Amino acid sequence: MLRNAIVLCFLAATPALAEEVTSFELGNGMDVVVIEDHRAPVVTHMVWYRTGAADEPPGQSGIAHFLEHLMFKGTDTLAPGEFSATVEAQGGNDNAFTSWDYTAYFQRVAADRLDLMMQLEADRMRNLQLSEEDIATERAVIIEERKQRTDSSPGALLQEQMRAAQFLNHPYGIPIIGWKHEMEQLDRQAALDHYVRFYAPNNAILVVAGDVEPEAVRAMAERHYGPIAPSNAITDRIRPAEPPQIAERRLTLRDERVSEPYVTRTYLAPERDSGDQSKAAALSILAALLGGSGQTSLFAQGLQFGEAPVAVFSSAYYDGTGLDDGTFGVFVVPMPGVDLAQAEAAMDKVIADFIETGPDPDDFARIKTQIRAEQIYARDNVDGLARRYGEALAVGLTVQDVQDWPAILDAVTPEDVQQAAREVLDRRRAVTGWLMPAAEEVTP
Amino acid sequence: MKLFKLAAVLLLIALPARAEIEIQTVTSPGGITAWLAEEPGIPFTALEIRFRGGTALDAPGKRGAVNLMTALIEEGTGDLDSVGFARARDDLAASFSFRADEDTLAVSARFLTENRDQAVDLLRRALTEPRFDQQALDRVRGQVLAGLRQDAKDPGTLASRQFRALAFGAHPYASSGDGTEETVSALTRDDMIAAHRAAIARDRVYVAAAGDISAQELGALLDTLFAGLPATGAALPDRAPMDLSGGITVQNFPGPQATVIFGHQGIKRDDPDFFAATILNEILGGGRFSARLMSEVREKRGLTYGIGTYLLGYDQAELVMGQFSSANATVGQAIEVIREEWRKIAADGVTEAELANTKTYLTGSYPLRFDGNGPIASMLVGMQMIGLTPDYPKTRNAKVEAVTMDDVRRVAARLFREADLRFVVVGQPEGVTATD
Repeated sequence: MLRNAIVLCFLAATPALAEEVTSFELGNGMDVVVIEDHRAPVVTHMVWYRTGAADEPPGQSGIAHFLEHLMFKGTDTLAPGEFSATVEAQGGNDNAFTSWDYTAYFQRVAADRLDLMMQLEADRMRNLQLSEEDIATERAVIIEERKQRTDSSPGALLQEQMRAAQFLNHPYGIPIIGWKHEMEQLDRQAALDHYVRFYAPNNAILVVAGDVEPEAVRAMAERHYGPIAPSNAITDRIRPAEPPQIAERRLTLRDERVSEPYVTRTYLAPERDSGDQSKAAALSILAALLGGSGQTSLFAQGLQFGEAPVAVFSSAYYDGTGLDDGTFGVFVVPMPGVDLAQAEAAMDKVIADFIETGPDPDDFARIKTQIRAEQIYARDNVDGLARRYGEALAVGLTVQDVQDWPAILDAVTPEDVQQAAREVLDRRRAVTGWLMPAAEEVTP
Repeated sequence: MKLFKLAAVLLLIALPARAEIEIQTVTSPGGITAWLAEEPGIPFTALEIRFRGGTALDAPGKRGAVNLMTALIEEGTGDLDSVGFARARDDLAASFSFRADEDTLAVSARFLTENRDQAVDLLRRALTEPRFDQQALDRVRGQVLAGLRQDAKDPGTLASRQFRALAFGAHPYASSGDGTEETVSALTRDDMIAAHRAAIARDRVYVAAAGDISAQELGALLDTLFAGLPATGAALPDRAPMDLSGGITVQNFPGPQATVIFGHQGIKRDDPDFFAATILNEILGGGRFSARLMSEVREKRGLTYGIGTYLLGYDQAELVMGQFSSANATVGQAIEVIREEWRKIAADGVTEAELANTKTYLTGSYPLRFDGNGPIASMLVGMQMIGLTPDYPKTRNAKVEAVTMDDVRRVAARLFREADLRFVVVGQPEGVTATD
């Protein structure tokens, strides 16, 4: 216990060292977040749209991600490819990413080039031009992307199947990249429909992070984004909800490209809600306690250590930043000679024991210490901070929610974690997947 | 404190942006040198340590020993076993990572100012007195073996291994530093002790720190950390042979795509033409959409999700290499496009616009890399390992700017030799024939 007494001295004395954040809204409804970091004359400029794969029309899976690719084609005033070429000519880098809940575009440049980045990004918010040729070539690219990232990986295929099984009704069951047979049918009109419906200032969040002054950012944003008319097609994001899960779901994927079989499970789990993040905070700490360390976590100790270890690797993960209920995941790779049923039984025993006894006080205190320190380390990565705020605002959280999050994590009690485990880690509300080598390779 | 300032490039196009990071050179009372970028804004320090040699120091028949030993450094020291060490580290909210590659054993550490001494003492104990408990050894060995079995079913890793084996003859670079199932299974605790003695020593250490630490504090820290290490380690490997020849190697693997690694002999980091080569590589195979291969293979033809080339510099070998994946039906077409681009740049060089734009990109993006204590410490230690001086961040862009069109033409003809390209194709390619 002495160990923890020392730790408390260390971090209790540290004042909250929060990042400097300013937020405001433009007249057309565009949210703006400015994060100041004056250590280097660099800026990250991001625009997040509150639309993603879970907002796609039925039958058009992949259209949100396809549009993300197409946004690098031309506009009324820019030729295809000229967007990135212009950023590069300023020595900058640019890219974009799509999730179920959002699509985001970013550039990282010298701070004195911010004005030009805003000009470019504001232009493609409304003036995208797509030719049929752009569509055909880029569709081939996303199909190659699917082959590379999903179809070439048995683990990715299992994950895709499990998500589809997890969400019977909610569109979180759709793969972001899209189902191949639907991707092949995505056309120019579908892309433009998605663009016109969702790409508008009142559905967007601007995040500027780095060596900037909030008032200067405000003036610049008013100049470039301010004149864009808001859309009246933006509605509340209400998606089909999951019915209660009443039966355990299990599936097995066999593939000749599998060398290490494993068992993985996802449980339906609540996400962070604005003003109500404590359940998600308890689940975050639960994931750290169960599977956050290769040495000290309950999975590591229960499955990988001791006289007769059953597992080579194990982990638990949870990310509560989503618009709707998401998942809490666990993962165990058994030792050679241990079958998946044995590994799963051992994993379930660790979980059951935890639900019975709750966290070890030392383990619990140690995780709290690391969470407090993480606030200090996080400030070194202003890009990461920009993503943290952008993602949160894109899923319905507020700047205040983001800033409250560390204190909410800190306030979680051992009983909260035990209660969260009891509620969420229920196999009847989960999908369990087994990844196995092809049948003929299994020795009888 | 500003780590560096950008020149006003918009007004003065001819004046290159410079990374004006202030680098101090610190020599400890005990004679160990480190580079320091002091930045007291956030109360922690990022510390990067490198020991030259890495997995190339594996003793004969002991392939994988340095890799496994490196993974065991965090598995206990003195009276702390694996769990005790992890708890002690986590109680301090410090993080330590240990990894080995072809040329280097690398340690990345970060720790809070408020408990720096304790964190550094814990790191010292791990580095100088690892326990190598048999139980920990067997557990981590199991993880390495699982990784090796996975590698055997990963097309990218298969292609990379095949390419190395073709390139580097009997040199350690020819095989994976992770070892094989056979060699790793046979490694003993004594092998770990020998690998530790070979790879971790004061005669091969490089150090950089960034963050909330003064030169004086860093000097004392260096002696604390390293005084207990042996003065010398094992002899470093000799120069690697270059056995690659032009042609196509095909390895059958099931899946919708073929994964391809291609390349030939490269250029040394200290070659006077290195900056011209860097510009050329960026124009041909940079990761940006406007790079020629990205444009021809992805943007115009939709044959791949991504393609890039790079100048690979090991301590004892150099390669120009590239990688991509394409559907089995189209991979042959993609290879032909690459060959054509290789011939074209060698014969015709690049355009004035490409040269100017690429210089702007390379010089403009360089200062953007110095953005945080972690990345800065990592770059500073890397510079030391390739023999650069602390003024390099301030002079590097001028070297890029100094490259002329004549330089680029001459170096393109020398560097890119289409007939020497070796393609290793892992998949079930259609219409691609192995040449050997």
